[in-house]
Amino acid sequence: MTKKIDIPHKSEKSKEVRPSFFNEPPVMYTGGDLPWQWEEDGMIATRSAAWSAPGCHDGCGVIVYTDKETGKFIKVEGDENNPYYNGRLCMRCLDVAEMVYHPDRLLHPMKRDPKDRGKADAWTRITWKEAYDIIDQKFRAIRDEFGGKSIIFASGTGRVTPPINARLGYALGSIQYSYFLSGNACYVPRVAAANTIQGCYTCPDFSMQFPDRYDNPEWRAPKNIFVWGNNPLIANADGNLGHWIVDCMKRGSDLVVVDPRLTWLASKANLWLQIRPGTDSALALAMGNYIIEHDLYDHDFVDRWCYGFDEYAEACKPWTVKRASEVTWIPEEDIVEAAERMAQQPTAVQWGLALDMNQQCITASQAVCNLWCITGQIDIPGGMITVHDPYNTEVWLPPDPKEVFTPEQEKERIGSTYQMITNSGMVQCQADSMIDQLVTGRPYRIHGAWIQSTNPLACCGQDPKRRIEVGLKNCDIVVGVDYCMTPTLMACADIVLPLCFYPEREGLRSVWYYIQNTNKACEPLGEAKDDFQINWELGRRWNKDLWPGDTLEEYFSYLIKEAGITYDDSRKLNWIYPEFHYRKYEKGEQRPDGQPGFNTMTGRIELYSLLLQQWGEKPVPYYQEPPMSPYSQPELAREFPFILTTGARHYESFHSEHRQMPRLRSRLPYPRFEINPDAAEKLGIEEGQWCWIESPIGRCREQAHVTSTIDARVVEADHGWWFPEADPEDQGEGCFATYAGNINMCLPSQCGDTGFGNQCKCYMCKVYPCAPEEIPLRTPAEPRDRFAEGSFRNYTLEAEQKGEE
Amino acid sequence: MANDKAYGLLINYEYCTGCGTCEVACQVEHDIPIGRYGIKMATVGPWQIDRKHWQNDTVPVPTDECNLCAERLEKGKRPTCVKHCQAACMEYGPVDELAQKMTTAATKYMLFVPKAGTTKA
Repeated sequence: MTKKIDIPHKSEKSKEVRPSFFNEPPVMYTGGDLPWQWEEDGMIATRSAAWSAPGCHDGCGVIVYTDKETGKFIKVEGDENNPYYNGRLCMRCLDVAEMVYHPDRLLHPMKRDPKDRGKADAWTRITWKEAYDIIDQKFRAIRDEFGGKSIIFASGTGRVTPPINARLGYALGSIQYSYFLSGNACYVPRVAAANTIQGCYTCPDFSMQFPDRYDNPEWRAPKNIFVWGNNPLIANADGNLGHWIVDCMKRGSDLVVVDPRLTWLASKANLWLQIRPGTDSALALAMGNYIIEHDLYDHDFVDRWCYGFDEYAEACKPWTVKRASEVTWIPEEDIVEAAERMAQQPTAVQWGLALDMNQQCITASQAVCNLWCITGQIDIPGGMITVHDPYNTEVWLPPDPKEVFTPEQEKERIGSTYQMITNSGMVQCQADSMIDQLVTGRPYRIHGAWIQSTNPLACCGQDPKRRIEVGLKNCDIVVGVDYCMTPTLMACADIVLPLCFYPEREGLRSVWYYIQNTNKACEPLGEAKDDFQINWELGRRWNKDLWPGDTLEEYFSYLIKEAGITYDDSRKLNWIYPEFHYRKYEKGEQRPDGQPGFNTMTGRIELYSLLLQQWGEKPVPYYQEPPMSPYSQPELAREFPFILTTGARHYESFHSEHRQMPRLRSRLPYPRFEINPDAAEKLGIEEGQWCWIESPIGRCREQAHVTSTIDARVVEADHGWWFPEADPEDQGEGCFATYAGNINMCLPSQCGDTGFGNQCKCYMCKVYPCAPEEIPLRTPAEPRDRFAEGSFRNYTLEAEQKGEE
Repeated sequence: MANDKAYGLLINYEYCTGCGTCEVACQVEHDIPIGRYGIKMATVGPWQIDRKHWQNDTVPVPTDECNLCAERLEKGKRPTCVKHCQAACMEYGPVDELAQKMTTAATKYMLFVPKAGTTKA
């Protein structure tokens, strides 16, 4: 099944400034002998990779079944031959037919007068050409009068959208590639920290870089897997599939889980560290101190490949196990065991969002990163492998702005005064500064917004009512791209472009390890288009050099040109893995000059970071008490006694998506928060009871889940809720009643000193039962005529289904 | 599945993560309405046993609506719950072979012979 191919390395250097030193070895492994399409039981089966829409970080191998006669979509199954997940799938893909045929699906582009923002019955259907013409004309006019910098191009969490969104903005001349999450606190801070310290990113080695996976002779299962600050079984953090960890457990890996909640993995772990939210760096520093004091670190690796060990050791020194235990609430003996396990080789760390959603996120990430460095886990089988985009395929990381902009122009990116953000390779605007500017118009107004595959009013935007909604409404034009009407688009958009689903699209899928085509299995319903196509078509109006190729397929071929193949070749090869080498730093494969070592100033892993020092940050890791905690705010804690941690995920949804799917919604009908039975009893709260969660800045309602798996001093709350069945218009709690159950009402938009990080995982709140009349969510209903003239529902699948009746 | 012996599902519930894939895969495959199941997860826990151990198990239980995916088996495919199980902790086969596996394997196994398991094709 796996085929080894020697490729003629044309080494056609791209003009991009992005790191071209990752020249892959001239060998790749593919699924080349398998058909990509065949007939089966009167159906056409098409091999593909699922990668949005609907949204997901993963790219599970799927077989899409369509009707042989009508060409219509039937179902999706797992692809047993695909090395990424071997045929397994989660409920969201298995149930995707409910999404493809959902009545709420948008089928046609539409427009609304900006003065009618928020009105459900003020829409007019337009053609794609009209839509492009309006966007083109308005965006150009803004650019010409106020500069490209006054239009933002915003996308949501990482799928294919970030790179194409950035590229679209660049084509117009806007450097403002953006994201609404406070402190850009999802993945990006960890990547920035790791790049700064190691000169590259690293991932836990679950064998995903090999097409033969667990059978690969070089791979070995990690002795210990640390799951630090995420619930990967559900969240599949960073594009790694959580259930790979279960595969590794079966192959002998032990688990250490750092999490304030008892996740399934925590309940099966050899060691569960029930940490106080926001104190991760205290734990990591104490582990470092223990490892160094007990001489458990990898002397050879530290001597040959690390810089600044003594300074790092000095920084750890104050962190005795006892002190860390007091700060983190973790028993001393458990910290000791965690340190001892970290020192064993090979140990892999699946870290996650809890490290980002902390105002001290860079130093917390550095503190954890230094642990796997001094224990020599870097690029060893079963440890932390160094990764990059295979063949520089630009579908995960955004393009380098240096392709288009001068250094002076780059400084116009909002928030570029944050040294860490500007210089660590991140090319997003600093979110809080960007939103400040949307709201205040200072130092200059933002006139236009392109909102693609993101729903910040319901999901990633903190303090959404006062900031995101107000800010977007200050724009002259807001364009939204999505597959259904969302609270964000209903409240703020003037033009809405309908997005299709993955069975209906062509595309490329790649996150670090391999490349696979998303093959189009059927035609999109209505006039929906995929995001690649939309951005390519519009982008070519602005700058054809940035969107090359006379067809979309030629553009894909351009994206994978460094693999020496075309998009059509790629389709036939099914999946493409560059040959993977361990210990690249020993062989000169980790630096542009071909010398051994890492791509940092010193050529070594910088436990003491010269870059952080240069940027005015502390060069060694430290711990600082979260600004909002019972210890830093004892007065406030009398009124808001709980530590509020948010954003735990469920199998039934991906962030704010999937809420309209009847089958999945029936499993998780309403937002839920977790509270300990002792705390609940004192407050008279019972299982399932609707309660207010209130912080010093706002409140929202969620249903109680009373469970002993959470500490009595902590409350954990769902995020990303809106109610597709509720009134689309704002009846006091936002469009589609999103603010009723939106935990971001309780969370501020406030980053840390570096510009990264927020307080989504460690804030303060109180909890109390709702009065009976405060529970409008039980019988939500849309009071208006669904198909009144101008209703957006006239341009949905529901209208078409109604017409066919 | 022409058979004159019993067939069943072997669950290694040490690894069942409760992801719900089996439930939804089955509902979709057999067009089972919301609220009814061909296979349904039962949860035992979570509660704390001692400082370091928690009881927290989920076991998928085939219901009377399970036909062991007879149509899929005829085409040489595995039951959809078994194929898609994210933890890869489910196996389909003749009961005697599955039972044999239970004698040699690690602990925390459960063998189900649903109603359809002994029906001759």
